[in-house]
Amino acid sequence: MSEITNLTATEIASAVREGIVSAVDIVDAFLDRIADVDPLVGAFLIVTSDAARQAAAAVDAKIAAGIDPGRLAGVPIAIKDNMCTRGIATTCASKLLDGFIPPYDATVITRLQDAGAIIIGKTNLDEFAMGSSSENSALGVTRNPWDLSKVPGGSSGGSAAAVAARLVPISLGSDTGGSIRQPAAFCGTIGLKPTYGMVSRFGLVAFASSLDQIGPFANTVDDIALVMEVLSGHDPKDSTSLPIDAPELMKASHGDIKGLRIGIPDEYFADGISEPVRAAVMEVVDKLVELGAVVSHVSMPHTEYTLPAYYIVAPAEASSNLARYDGVRYGNRASKTLSHEDLAEKTREQGFGAEVKRRILIGTYALSAGYYDAFYHKAMQVRTLIQQDFVKAFEHVDVLITPTTPTTAFGIGEKSDDPLAMKLSDICTLSANLAGVPGISIPAGFDDEGLPFGVQLLGPALSEALLLKVSRAYLDATNWIDQEPVL
Amino acid sequence: MALSSDDVRKVGSLARLALTDDEVEHLTPQLNDLLAQFERLQAVDTKGVPAMSHAVPVVAFLREDVIVPSLPKAVVLAMGPEVDELLGGFVVPQVLAGDA
Repeated sequence: MSEITNLTATEIASAVREGIVSAVDIVDAFLDRIADVDPLVGAFLIVTSDAARQAAAAVDAKIAAGIDPGRLAGVPIAIKDNMCTRGIATTCASKLLDGFIPPYDATVITRLQDAGAIIIGKTNLDEFAMGSSSENSALGVTRNPWDLSKVPGGSSGGSAAAVAARLVPISLGSDTGGSIRQPAAFCGTIGLKPTYGMVSRFGLVAFASSLDQIGPFANTVDDIALVMEVLSGHDPKDSTSLPIDAPELMKASHGDIKGLRIGIPDEYFADGISEPVRAAVMEVVDKLVELGAVVSHVSMPHTEYTLPAYYIVAPAEASSNLARYDGVRYGNRASKTLSHEDLAEKTREQGFGAEVKRRILIGTYALSAGYYDAFYHKAMQVRTLIQQDFVKAFEHVDVLITPTTPTTAFGIGEKSDDPLAMKLSDICTLSANLAGVPGISIPAGFDDEGLPFGVQLLGPALSEALLLKVSRAYLDATNWIDQEPVL
Repeated sequence: MALSSDDVRKVGSLARLALTDDEVEHLTPQLNDLLAQFERLQAVDTKGVPAMSHAVPVVAFLREDVIVPSLPKAVVLAMGPEVDELLGGFVVPQVLAGDA
């Protein structure tokens, strides 16, 4: 067997289930690698070594007793720190929630643990998942494993970096406007944002409830399929959870792509997309054609309005969701306050960072009397038009291919005080959240500086199996995913 | 349409967010950059287009009317930054105006 930390989740689960290796040995190997490498990368906010070893011992005990340990037996997994973990701090990388220890588990945590997965720690993110570089974290810096002077992307930067650096085989992120796909692209790994409602959000700290979705990072399509089969399926605790069973993705994501219709939406290749990124996408298109796909150009005329529509809808919902942080029931509170209102105002002033404040302010403004129709209502109408663009495109093609990001990873500090430039790095990913469709970012080579390119595939609602099949066909025909950063 | 620093303070007050003078000075131009982007939406013809709040129809799922346990009170109170364990509640500053 090759070195443990190079095994995929699928390989680990299989080896543990067959008794070839113990879950405790697996967890110890990954904990050792985290201790060696994470001081450089900074993917984790907390590593739960003791709890992980105990959970691994429990998996081994089940196997010894002849009890099925689950489909993810002994697989270490890292969790973005905006998902509630019972008894383990959940900070959202915010000073406001520093020290908050949830009394319950998110549904995704329960499902992972029931399947025998081992929660190994919580990863860094932009505060409350608002950002594109993980630099908005109040609690630490995460670096891109391919170049430690670059950002890992965001907001799920810690989870992407952890998988890219082989600190864990799989991790979970959340994606409200690209927060799984964009860091997956920057870190050269696979990141899937499932269809809206596919994965329960019970226990995910809410950012923008009509857009948020949980999804996985991994270095193989099999691992994405496996963890999605465990995570998906209706959850009565989430009213937006789709009333469907978990789809069979492992089997359905195999097969050739002969005759597959791929659409290139020209509007996604407009100004701002760097030439090397455009060329990388076209090379992927060529490879898919070689594999039997048929390519055509499609038009999605409302694409240029995605950014303004998104930056009204998401902050409006965020301003409402974040109203709960008033220093009363959990988290930090300001001292020496004179009234309940004063308590809320000062707690939030001291607890939130600049980007969270910007979004609360813009969202509150967009919802305020006199501006609601001009901004929020208008944005919700434009959202309908953006979704209709997808519906029309999918009448002609099976999947769409676009860049995941306009450029490869940028430098730490390069855009941190230019909020608009930062937001433009999500320009290709926002639409999938507005339309509720699934999207995946897959590695597509490296630029002159050795930084990974990511290519995005978008499909109609519930087309995860197809997206994984196309991803598998491409990744099997190239060797990008096998390359590891040197750390 | 551009926000003045007074507008930003007013919105901050609506959002229960105290802002220092430095913050107002720093945030105002940044918020105006974003507002300028919003203006582009006015060019879109949305006459008769329905507003979308969710990408998929969200329906209320009804569950069986079975009582399940809630979190124990002590566990919930343990999260509070300031609580009165004897009375069993979260402590907040005075809510109503007047003498304490």
